[in-house]
Amino acid sequence: MPVAPERNERFAAYAHPERLVSTDWLAEHLGEPGLVVLESDEDVLLYETGHVPGSVKVDWHTELNDPVTRDYVDGAGFAALMSAKGISRDTTVVIYGDKSNWWAAYALWVFTLFGHEDVRLLDGGRTAWQAEGRELTRDRTAVTPSDYPVVERDDTAIRAYKDEVLSSIGRVPMIDVRSPAEYTGERTHMPDYPEEGALRGGHIPAAASVPWARAAAEDGRFKGRDELTAIYHDEAGLTPEGDVIAYCRIGERSSHTWFVLTHLLGHTSVKNYDGSWTEWGNAVRAPIATGTEPGSP
Amino acid sequence: MTTPAPALPARLAEIVEEFAELEGADKLALLLELSDELPALPPGLEAGDMEQVPECQTPLYLTVDASDPTSVRLHFQAPAEAPTTRGFAAILHQGLDGESREAVLAVPEDFSAGLGLAQTVSPLRLRGLSAMLTRIKRQLRAAPGV
Repeated sequence: MPVAPERNERFAAYAHPERLVSTDWLAEHLGEPGLVVLESDEDVLLYETGHVPGSVKVDWHTELNDPVTRDYVDGAGFAALMSAKGISRDTTVVIYGDKSNWWAAYALWVFTLFGHEDVRLLDGGRTAWQAEGRELTRDRTAVTPSDYPVVERDDTAIRAYKDEVLSSIGRVPMIDVRSPAEYTGERTHMPDYPEEGALRGGHIPAAASVPWARAAAEDGRFKGRDELTAIYHDEAGLTPEGDVIAYCRIGERSSHTWFVLTHLLGHTSVKNYDGSWTEWGNAVRAPIATGTEPGSP
Repeated sequence: MTTPAPALPARLAEIVEEFAELEGADKLALLLELSDELPALPPGLEAGDMEQVPECQTPLYLTVDASDPTSVRLHFQAPAEAPTTRGFAAILHQGLDGESREAVLAVPEDFSAGLGLAQTVSPLRLRGLSAMLTRIKRQLRAAPGV
């Protein structure tokens, strides 16, 4: 049985307030039947240094990705993973993580590919929990494996592949959520030091630059709806009903933006291009624009 | 693929062996232990004076003191929120601090394959470790008076 959503004034203006929980709510509901708390971090060891009591770790690299192909796990793999985390199909999953919830949002997006219905983010993530001096423990969480059905992954609604992106240039609004230096292409590689990067710098032609961090307030929590509307609608010109494609470097920061557009602003057709710049910037003949202007398609 | 290279300094070889003998969660536990043990910077040394390693996903600074080529000193700084990076730094610190310049330069670039961490930590994250070693060697080669 899912757990009832939090009723919080602070979330009320968002399109889908039930997708967020506050640190207060989480502290009150820890250990409640039907709730599983997941930590999803960039750093694979951070959970081990101390985590929310009773939470379980999920790792984007070693668990959500297929170990061989550059892709996510398949239906059977996801079912096995969920079972190992004690998650059933109707479990309420609350995800939190480091780096303003990048990896938590990424995990939430992957859960959505499998249609897991009730998955929420802890507003402010690990940083907020820690900043409030709340308990973190190194105790291992005992998990009772659950039954989780094999559900085929559905990539059609919220995931974009390179070919689709290519044919969408000039037709579908795109937002590049990387830092300005990555967008312009000025960031160069130092000789002999391969970064987790690409052979070419710049952005997809006509993509607008809206760095992901603009959606986050100083304390790492999401900005209010009015501020988000000003950034994504008034400034970037997106419309809630229209298609949007978001990308970054490997799809994690753009998952954060995907969450903002879909769940906080109520967009109905946002796709995350998870191949992102590590695919585009390495692909032969993929068109690229450099500089601060989006460029013509 | 995981055959330890012959030329590793004794303490580093020991660490590689310890990792190689462990599986999954125990490998992570060892990395966490090392991460906890990474010493703070000595007084007078600040991150601002050190070289940043951008290949690491979180800020890591390192500096090499080669004034005594028979005993090279390594210093690292990484925040508590980056325990994996700290763990990697600690592997190099415990394994190589106090070794001779030649011994450090002789460490194979791919020694980290012997740790068997690719599956637990992921190859992408392991790049940070290789990058640290590369930069240590580069600082050693560029050290004045050699």
